Amino acid sequence: MTVKKPKFLIDRDRELCNDCGVCVRQCANEVHYADEKNKQIKCKPAECVNCQRCVSLCPKGALAVKQAPQEFSGNANWNIDIINAIQAQADSGGILLTGMGCSRPMPSYFDRMMLNASQVTNPSIDPLREPMELRTFLGRKPASLTLEGSQPTELPPQLELEIPIMFSAMSFGAISLNAIKSLAAAAESEHTFYNTGEGGLHKDLFQYGKNTITQVASGRFGVDIDYLNAGSAIEIKIGQGAKPGIGGHLPGEKVGRDVSETRMIPIESDAISPAPHHDIYSIEDLTQLIFSLKEAIEYTKPIFVKIAAVHNVAAIASGIARAGADVIAIDGYRGSTGAAPLRTRDHVGIPIELALAAVDSRLRDEGIRNEVSLVVGGSIRHSADVVKAIALGADAVYIGTAALIALGCHVCQKCYTGKCNWGIATQRPELVKRLNPEAGAERAANLIRAWKHEIKELLGGMGINAIESLRGNRLMLRAVGMTNKELEILGVKAAGE
Amino acid sequence: MLREGDIRIPSGCAISGFINRKGNRVAGDQIIRSIALMHDRSNGLGGGFAAYGIYPEFKDYYAFHLFYEDNTVRENTERYLTTHFNLEMGGPIPTRKTKGITNAPLIWRYFVKPKLEMLYQTELSPNEFVVERVMEINTLCRGAYIFSSGKNMGAFKGVGYPEDIGEFYRLDEYQGYTWTAHGRFPTNTPGWWGGAHPFTLLDWSVVHNGEISSYDANRRFLEMFGYKCTLQTDTEAIAYIFDLLLRRHCLPLDVAVSVVASPFWAEIDRMPEQKKKLYRSARIVYSSLLINGPFSIILGSDNGIMALNDRLKLRPLTAAEHGDFLYVASEESAIREICPSPERVWSPRGGEPVIGVLEDGVVETDDSACLKL
Amino acid sequence: MVTIDSRGIYYMNLNKQIRQEVKNGADEILLKNVNGQRYIADAIRGNIKFTIEGIPGNDLAAYMDGPEVIVKGNAQDAVANTMNGGTIVINGDAGDTLGYAMRGGEVFIRGNVGYRVGIHMKEYGEQIPTIVVGGKTGDFLGEYMAGGIIVVLGQPDGNEVIGNYCGTGMHGGVMYIRGEIPAHKLGREVQTAELTDKDIEFLEGIISRYKDYFKLQLKDIKCSDFTKLQPQGTRPYGDLYTKY
Repeated sequence: MTVKKPKFLIDRDRELCNDCGVCVRQCANEVHYADEKNKQIKCKPAECVNCQRCVSLCPKGALAVKQAPQEFSGNANWNIDIINAIQAQADSGGILLTGMGCSRPMPSYFDRMMLNASQVTNPSIDPLREPMELRTFLGRKPASLTLEGSQPTELPPQLELEIPIMFSAMSFGAISLNAIKSLAAAAESEHTFYNTGEGGLHKDLFQYGKNTITQVASGRFGVDIDYLNAGSAIEIKIGQGAKPGIGGHLPGEKVGRDVSETRMIPIESDAISPAPHHDIYSIEDLTQLIFSLKEAIEYTKPIFVKIAAVHNVAAIASGIARAGADVIAIDGYRGSTGAAPLRTRDHVGIPIELALAAVDSRLRDEGIRNEVSLVVGGSIRHSADVVKAIALGADAVYIGTAALIALGCHVCQKCYTGKCNWGIATQRPELVKRLNPEAGAERAANLIRAWKHEIKELLGGMGINAIESLRGNRLMLRAVGMTNKELEILGVKAAGE
Repeated sequence: MLREGDIRIPSGCAISGFINRKGNRVAGDQIIRSIALMHDRSNGLGGGFAAYGIYPEFKDYYAFHLFYEDNTVRENTERYLTTHFNLEMGGPIPTRKTKGITNAPLIWRYFVKPKLEMLYQTELSPNEFVVERVMEINTLCRGAYIFSSGKNMGAFKGVGYPEDIGEFYRLDEYQGYTWTAHGRFPTNTPGWWGGAHPFTLLDWSVVHNGEISSYDANRRFLEMFGYKCTLQTDTEAIAYIFDLLLRRHCLPLDVAVSVVASPFWAEIDRMPEQKKKLYRSARIVYSSLLINGPFSIILGSDNGIMALNDRLKLRPLTAAEHGDFLYVASEESAIREICPSPERVWSPRGGEPVIGVLEDGVVETDDSACLKL
Repeated sequence: MVTIDSRGIYYMNLNKQIRQEVKNGADEILLKNVNGQRYIADAIRGNIKFTIEGIPGNDLAAYMDGPEVIVKGNAQDAVANTMNGGTIVINGDAGDTLGYAMRGGEVFIRGNVGYRVGIHMKEYGEQIPTIVVGGKTGDFLGEYMAGGIIVVLGQPDGNEVIGNYCGTGMHGGVMYIRGEIPAHKLGREVQTAELTDKDIEFLEGIISRYKDYFKLQLKDIKCSDFTKLQPQGTRPYGDLYTKY
C-alpha cells in the first residue's frame, strides 16, 4: 500500500552537470546512479537522507537537495511526519528508530537568556590584551583547605582543562575510529578531554590516555583493568539525554574486527547494553560501583557519573554526590545518539537548562555543591550556550553534535543506518577513510579555539577574567519571555529587573 | 521604593583608614578629616566609620549597634535579645543634630554576653552564637538591623556625606587605635541606613570601593556555609569571605589573600614547587571566592587592618607609614591631610596586601576574629 | 603465606593492605575473620591465592584477572563482577548478579545462588567464562547472556533447579541445567538443544572438578540428564526496529 515517499528532492542543474559520477561514488545510499541507456546520471530521491555529501563534493556545484513538496492534507495535528510514521509501523510492526537529538521545535531556554556586560560602574576587560583564565578543575573539592604546617593536604584527583569544554561520550561502534581519533587528538592539542563512550578503547587510542575519559556503562564492553587505568577519569554512564531509561544496541553488522577487539565481543554479535546497570538497583548500589572502580584504580582518578536530565534530577544528583561521585554529568533531552527509538528521543527527559539550574541550586541548598563538579551536555551549540551554562552553575560542558558537525556531519539523523557518507557514524572502511583523522583533529581543535576566543570576549565584556567567577553567577543572566515559575527554577531575573 | 537589600545597587566610593600599632588611641576627628578630603568621591548617599578600642570598659561584651524603624520593633527585638543574651547596658547612641542628616532611624547600643544556658543548648561557641543571632535578627525582624556586633569596637554609619555622619555620631568624643572610613557613591538611594558602609560582623569590618563582577558566584558559595547576604552588597560578601577563610577555616592571611586576589595561573605555574602546590590547592578549593573585578578594601579586625587591591589593580590605593601609624586610603592626599610628612608612601601592587597589626600585648584582643599571619 | 586478621578493618584499609602485600610479592594471602568487607581482590592481577574465612562483602573479585579466591563461607552479591580471569570457589551460597558482565575465569559455588546470575556474561577469543552452581538458582539466570558457560547441578534433589525467565535476551554462550526444564521457565530468546558428545565430555570434566573442590561424591548426577540451552540467534532484536 505504501510506496516510500521521498522526503527530499534532488535538484540537478543539467546545464552544469557533466555526468562526472562523483555523486554516484559519494552516495552510500545509492541515490545517484548512472543510467547506461542515455549516459546520464539520474537519481532515486526516496533513498536520499539529505546529508549534503553530494552537494558539497559536486565539482560543478550542480546539485541541491530540497524538502519534498508533499503537503498532505494540511492538518496540523495529523501532519506528514505523523502519517509517515504510522504507515512505516503499519508496514513493519517495528519501533521507529532515529539518530541525533530531539528534533521537535521545543523552546530553548538558552535562547531566551541574555548575558550581561559592564558599563561605567565597573570595567569590561579586553581579552586580547589582558589575562583571561579559562582553566577549570573537575573533581571533588574538600569543604575547606587544611594545612599541615605550611603545606596543604593532598587534594582528591582533579582533571585540569584549559577550556571548560569536553567531547562527550561517543563509542567506537557508534562512530568510526577516524572520528574518535580526530576528537582525541583535538582534546590533546587543546588540553581537554574526550570520552570513549561505552565501546571500549581501541589500541590506537591508548596514546591519548591523559586526555581520555573511559566510560563504564551497563554493557561493560571492553572494561578490564588496563581500560580502567588507561584514561584520566572514569565515567559511569547511567543514562543519556537522547534515550533516558533505555539501554543501547549496536547491531551485529557494525561489529567488525576492530569493534569486536575493542569491545571484547565476538565479530558480528549484537552488543546490547542493558537499560540499567544490573549491579545498581538503588542509590546505595551506585556507591558500591563507584568505590569498586576507585578501589580498582587505587583512588587515582576522579569518577564521573552521567545521567539523563529527568523529572527528579535534582534529588538524583544530590544522591549521586553523596554516593561518592566526583563529577556529575547531566545530559539534557536534546542530547544526541547514534540510535534511539524516535518516541523516546523526542518525548523523554527535560531541558538541560532547567535541570542544571535545579541541580546546582539543590546542591547548594544541601551545602555540597563545591564537593562535586557539574558537567552538562545536550545541545550546547555555540560559545554563548557554554557561557550561559556556566553562569547557571556548570563547571564545564560536553559537546557531541557540535564536534561531529565540525568533522562534516550535516545532522541528517540517519546515524543508525551505518551509511554515513561523511565517514563519521559508520564502520564501512570505504566510508571511514573519507574522514582523515588529522584533518578532523584540526577542524575540531579549530572549533574549540574559536569558541575559546568567543568565551573570552563574552567574559571580558562582563568584567570577569577567570571562568570560576562566572560559575553559578546567575546575575550575569537575564531572561526574556519566561514565566515566573521558569524564572524561579532558573534563578534568573527578567530582563529589565 | 525598593531599599538596599531588596535590590542590588552598584556603588563607587572613597576609603581611608589607619592603625596605631602600639595601640595608642586617637580621637575620631582625624579620620573624619581624612575622608572629608575625598568628598567628591561620594555623593551624599552613604558614609560610615569603624573604630577599634573604643569601649575598653566593656571589652568582654559584644557591642551591638542597632537601627530600629520604630519603638514597637525595638521592644520586640529587645525581648528577643534578652531571651538569648545577658544585657549589661543598653541605650540610644548619642548623636548631635547635624545639617544634611535627616530621616535617622532609632539608633541603639547594647553591651551583651550570650546566656550560658543558650550556649549549652545550641552547642555553639559564643562567636558562632552571636553570628547566628545577628543573621536571624537581620533576616527575620523587619525594621530592626544589627549593624555592629564586635567587642571593643563599633560601626557608625548612615545616609549622608561621611563627614556629616561623623559629626552626627559625635566621633570626636571616641578614642580608638584603629579607624576606617567610607564615603559612598551609590547609583541609587539605598532607602535606609543599613545600606551604608562599613559592613561588620563580629570584629570584622570592611570598607570597600568598586563593583565586583563575581558577586553572585561569591554569594552563592557563601550561602552554602550559612551566610545570608541580605544586603546584596559586595562589602557584605567580602566580609563573609574573610570571616569564612580566616575565622572559620583558620587559614593564614597570605592564603586567604591568595584566594580572593589569586595570582594568575601563569604566575602560579612559575612558582617553586611547594608554593605552587599551596596556591594551586587554595585556588582549586576556593575558586568561587576569587573576587573578580575592581576592588580596593580595608579589612579591619581587633588586632589590625589589611588593605588589598584586586589582582589587576582596577581601583586606587595608597599606603603610608609614620612612626607607629600605618595609613591606607583611596588617595594619597587623604593621608597627607592628617599626616603631612609620612616617612614612607607607596602604592601597593594588585593583589599585594598592606598589613598593619598591633604589636604583641599592647591591647588585649579576642583572637578568634583577627588577622592571623 | 601472609595472614591478615580482617576483623573490624574497614574495606579501604583492608584492600590497601592486600594490595601492598601483592606489590611486595605475596603469592598466598589468608584473610581471617572477614565480614562484609567489599571489593576483596578487586582488579588484582597475577598468580595469587586468596583464602577468605568468613563472609566477604559485595563485588568480591570485581575486574579480577588471574588470582584464585577460595571462600570458606557464603558470599554476597555481585561476585566476579566484570571479572576477566581467575578462579573463585565458594564453599556455600552466593547472592544476586554473580558473574555480571564476566568475560573470563571460573566461579564454582557449592550451594545456591540468587537472581540474575551470569547476567550479560560474554566471551571473547580464548576467554570463556564459566559458572558452576551446585545448588539452585533464582530467576533471570543468564539474562542477556552473550557468551560463556553456566552449569547448574540442582542439588540436592534436582527439582525446580532454576527460576523463571531463564536466558531471557540470551544471544550467546550456553547453559547446562540438570533435568527437564518446563518451557514456561525459559525466556523467548532461548532454545533447547541436544547434548553432543562434546557437551557430555565437558560436563564430566567440569563436574569432576566441582566434586574435587568440595570433596563430594554426587553419585546420582548423570551428565546425560542435563538440558542444554542456547540462544535462538545472535541477533535477538534484529526485527524490533523500523527505519524512519
